[in-house]
Amino acid sequence: MIEVERLTRLYDGRAVVDDVTLTVDRGKIAALVGTSGSGKTTLLRMINRLVEPSSGRVRIAGEDTAAIPPHLLRRRIGYAIQDHGLFPHRTVAQNIATVPGLLGWPRRDIAARVDELLTLFQLPPAEFAGRYPHQLSGGQQQRVGVARALAARPELLLMDEPFGALDPVIRARARDDLRAIQRELGTTLIVVTHDMGEAFALGDTIAVMDGGGLLQYAPPREILTRPASDFVRDLVGAADRPFHLLALEPVAALVQPGEAPGAPVPRDLSQRDALSLCLWRGLAALPVAGGGVVTLAALERAAQGGRP
Amino acid sequence: MTTLRATGLPRRAVAPDLPGAVAALIGLGGMALPFVQFRPNRIVAGEALTLPAALGARGTAVLAGLAAVLLLAALGRQRPALRLALGAAAGLGLTLALGAAATALSAGGGTLARVSPAAGFWTMLLAALLLAADGAARLEARPALRWLLLAAGVAAVAALLRSGVLADVSVLREYAARAPQFRAEAVRHLRLAFASLGAALAIGLPLGIALHLQRGLRPAVLGVLDVVQTIPSLALFGVMIPALGWVAAHVPGAAAAGIAGIGVFPALVALFLYSLLPVVANTVVGLDAVPAPLREAAAGLGMTRGQVLRQVMIPLTLPVLLAAVRIVLVQNIGLAVIAGLIGGGGFGAFVFQGLNQTAMDLILLGALPTIALALVAGVALDIAVAQLRRGAA
Amino acid sequence: MTRRVGLVLLAAALAAFLIAPDRFAPLLRPLTTNGAPAIYTQTSLLRLALSHLALVGAAVAVSTAVAVGFAIFVTRPAGRDLLPLARSVASIGQTFPPVAVLALAVPAMGFGAGPTLLALILYGLLPIFENTLAGLASVPPAVIEAARGTGMTPAQRLRAVELPLALPVILSGVRLSAIIALSTATIGSTVAARTLGEVIIAGLLSSNSAFVVQGGAVVAALALLISGLFREIERALTPAAQRPGG
Repeated sequence: MIEVERLTRLYDGRAVVDDVTLTVDRGKIAALVGTSGSGKTTLLRMINRLVEPSSGRVRIAGEDTAAIPPHLLRRRIGYAIQDHGLFPHRTVAQNIATVPGLLGWPRRDIAARVDELLTLFQLPPAEFAGRYPHQLSGGQQQRVGVARALAARPELLLMDEPFGALDPVIRARARDDLRAIQRELGTTLIVVTHDMGEAFALGDTIAVMDGGGLLQYAPPREILTRPASDFVRDLVGAADRPFHLLALEPVAALVQPGEAPGAPVPRDLSQRDALSLCLWRGLAALPVAGGGVVTLAALERAAQGGRP
Repeated sequence: MTTLRATGLPRRAVAPDLPGAVAALIGLGGMALPFVQFRPNRIVAGEALTLPAALGARGTAVLAGLAAVLLLAALGRQRPALRLALGAAAGLGLTLALGAAATALSAGGGTLARVSPAAGFWTMLLAALLLAADGAARLEARPALRWLLLAAGVAAVAALLRSGVLADVSVLREYAARAPQFRAEAVRHLRLAFASLGAALAIGLPLGIALHLQRGLRPAVLGVLDVVQTIPSLALFGVMIPALGWVAAHVPGAAAAGIAGIGVFPALVALFLYSLLPVVANTVVGLDAVPAPLREAAAGLGMTRGQVLRQVMIPLTLPVLLAAVRIVLVQNIGLAVIAGLIGGGGFGAFVFQGLNQTAMDLILLGALPTIALALVAGVALDIAVAQLRRGAA
Repeated sequence: MTRRVGLVLLAAALAAFLIAPDRFAPLLRPLTTNGAPAIYTQTSLLRLALSHLALVGAAVAVSTAVAVGFAIFVTRPAGRDLLPLARSVASIGQTFPPVAVLALAVPAMGFGAGPTLLALILYGLLPIFENTLAGLASVPPAVIEAARGTGMTPAQRLRAVELPLALPVILSGVRLSAIIALSTATIGSTVAARTLGEVIIAGLLSSNSAFVVQGGAVVAALALLISGLFREIERALTPAAQRPGG
């Protein structure tokens, strides 16, 4: 569990992060969103003390981070950034081995861990271990960056716009892969993004920041249905709200008895995609695999966020 | 701990100033070294005197003043302009003290007596100039102000030399004895440096443009010029004598055109050869650096190739070309000293004559103006390049 | 590849000339007049070349240690205040003519190898210092950020990331310094240092072009060899990503 308590950072007397308190539960993903200059990156960098807080504290599993020397703290926390920051003079394997090496792992353990991670990130070790960063595509560089961050099995992973340098198609896939890997490893993840869609797709909770302050910290559904302020509502974008809501849940939650023509859709299809199919095919209901249907009317109600 | 950090006080406000401390360390160290060297005549070694020993109470006062300035600088950071002024004042004070010490010591020693600056003077002067340089560097002045500062510096040095307060310092005694020759060598030195630069521009610019257009020629031409740069200056100057002598003797009309294996000509050709690489290489680099879309836009507007070159490419390449002029001019002013060794004249004549006779004052008479010339040329062209870059941005 | 072959051939020719210069006398004879000797024999050319190289090697080693150390210091938090001053001193220092520096070192140190060594060291500092600064500044900010983020200490960051990435640029500064030192050392013989300049000066004094040419050619060959060697090392050390066209 990560506890951020009254964290503040002043630059020349001005607060770029102002009295922020929030908690991220073990194994969950928190997304920090906001416009540029909102303080979200500074908040993230105070957690691994790349920026020293002016006041306030951060506790990881109850331990105050101020009591740990910064470099030792950072070896326990994974960190991945937008421009991946891979060391150009080191191979993919050497890059991934950075933190285990700093921690003095036995060589055999490091090699095994590197192979394991390369396989996990679908970069066959035989092919990729010896390559240099410039010999990889943007998507591969990004995956190596995340693999390096995860190498020493950190309890916490911090990511700053991890997909910022990727094009939209690769970006969506990288996001899904990250989500899957995070679920598999159970790592707690705090990710900074300026893309609301990304925040909704990844975050178990979302922290909306503006002007250094935390405006709202809540699960996605609550951010959508009960925005704490006009700013939060505007940031989400009023027009996109119903689609964001539908994207949060699979059709399984709306299945009701009945019959409908056509091929059944999988139960884990997002409600958003189901709505899209209904509209495109002009159908009032879709059959769902395993029995039952999801109706256009039910999707409409869901899109209203359960309001009457 | 958190409360301490919350104050947000910049830590360096209480810490001593590092550049000031470095200057102070050097300057205070210099106080322990002899300030002047006093010799009954030009050749023999003499005795080394500290400033108080040479100038009595006045000398002690100058040292106290300098110490005050240095400690002030070490203990806190002044505004850049103030630090520049303090450094300049300290340098001026030291120079005046040198002149006064020379006058005082010569008064008892007759006309043959020589008083020259010693390690202590140079070390303390270095400390003063470091302070001034730190102030100037942090001033981040606009080009106009930098021109003004350079002009003020040159004017101050000229005024000091003309005023006569330094007349009893050995280098200026040496100068007084050879004033006409000094002027002639100065003219020769400048002519060598500037004529070779002019020739390098006249040949190097078209050559650079040609290489820009004809990529295939680059490795050969730049490779040869690169090899020329590796030939030691002494050898290149030396080889020019027989080579040009042979040309003058065997090529019809060469001698009539002024080509000769003796005098200034070999030195001029050697300097010219050294100058070619910076001019040609920078021309190519500068022209290559003009963004392709800009070239295409110019062509799209209906300019001919020549117009694109003259109206777009060359104006944009000017800062890089001027940077080449800086390299060449500073390099040639320095290398022209070698001409003194092969009978080409210039300040090198004093330097090598001085080295032969073990006459340090003569060495200084040649070396100091060379350094001053190179320094002024370097700083002036730096400002000009900065000005062009600002204009272009 | 042709470059490497050229370097090897040049090295072989130079070695042959230094070991048995008399064999080359017929080549140089046309440059002499009045039956003057074609080969300098006052001191063995090999010994002069070795002492020349030793002087340059010692100077460059000291310059490198001092300049790299100082450049590292002024780019760390503790020394950053010195950076503007160091930059301007370096740029001003570069305008000082090597010959003048050499001449000025004589009053301080007398004649011999001492003033030459001092001048070579002082003049060699500047290119290495500036290149080290440039090399350290060329390390991408994201890479530094990542190095901090992985928990490297400042010393580990310097050793494992910054210096390896800056090394090719630093080396090209060392190369520049070595070439300048090689050329300036020839002038060192005017202040009685044992270098190949002795041969050239002897040639100038006795109007014997053969001496001037053999002294100059040996120094130029050494310069080309050293420059070529350094370039090979720089190429080998530059990550392919940073190579032009790579």
